[in-house]
Amino acid sequence: MKHKIYTEHLGTFKSYIIGFILSLLLTFSAYFLVTEKWLHSQTTALILAALALTQALIQLVFFLHLGQERTPYWNLQTFLFMLGVLFIIVLGTLWIMHNLDYQMM
Amino acid sequence: MGTASHAGTGQETYERTVFGFWVYLMTDCILFATLFATYVVLQNNLNGGPSGKELFHLPFALSETLILLVSSFTSGLAVMAAQNLKKVPTLTWLGATFLLGLAFIILEVTEFTHLVQEGNSWQRSAFLSSFFTLVGTHGAHITSGLLWILVMLFQIAFRGINIASLRRVACLGLFWHFLDVIWIFIFTIVYLMGAL
Repeated sequence: MKHKIYTEHLGTFKSYIIGFILSLLLTFSAYFLVTEKWLHSQTTALILAALALTQALIQLVFFLHLGQERTPYWNLQTFLFMLGVLFIIVLGTLWIMHNLDYQMM
Repeated sequence: MGTASHAGTGQETYERTVFGFWVYLMTDCILFATLFATYVVLQNNLNGGPSGKELFHLPFALSETLILLVSSFTSGLAVMAAQNLKKVPTLTWLGATFLLGLAFIILEVTEFTHLVQEGNSWQRSAFLSSFFTLVGTHGAHITSGLLWILVMLFQIAFRGINIASLRRVACLGLFWHFLDVIWIFIFTIVYLMGAL
């Protein structure tokens, strides 16, 4: 290759190591939370959700380099729009189906 | 091959392609969101069949998770090596990612075969239909990713790293990291929460 391509979002070795270690820690804590049954199952479920969201965010930042681009942040904008659609789909589905379940009782 | 005659063209093609691929990943995320929503709605409809708690073996799911996490890490190293135009490290890390991905898919196929042989196929209950659809769709993505890695291994081995192969490896890296993010939620919602 004659000239270097400006690849702003490919990250550094350090960012990959940080993301990898944090992901490992979060995976193991979620796993042992379930197998060791330290807490009430409802509390565990809430913590599991929090741990999964944290790990997803960590991988988005350290592996997928979300938000580390030049303005006008097209990647971040499409991501946030997707998140909006995702919430409408998932929460809408759960809401409607639970309501239906309730009405059928 | 996309060997640019002047600096601007290669850069532009690179940025457009990677952004376009990112938009594809976002729509793929919506596909997975619908499958997750379906799974959560149907997971208690057992039709007298076994529940996730009886079927899933957590250490097995954990080993799948760790293999995929390590492969996500190695794919990142492959992209970085390609960016620095280092051919052998790129091939090594891509090869490692391929082997780990292959190990993952072998584990998943083993799990599926085991379930089907015990009579717990997708026909058993709504829970199992949604389980096979969700996890199977992820597995199909991994399989196509494996094919993609294989193609890139041959391209880079024979033609070296150029603008075109760097662009493709960058997209492949995004794809592979994305699949690991999806797996976090499969591991949490299907396996861990299913065992509560």
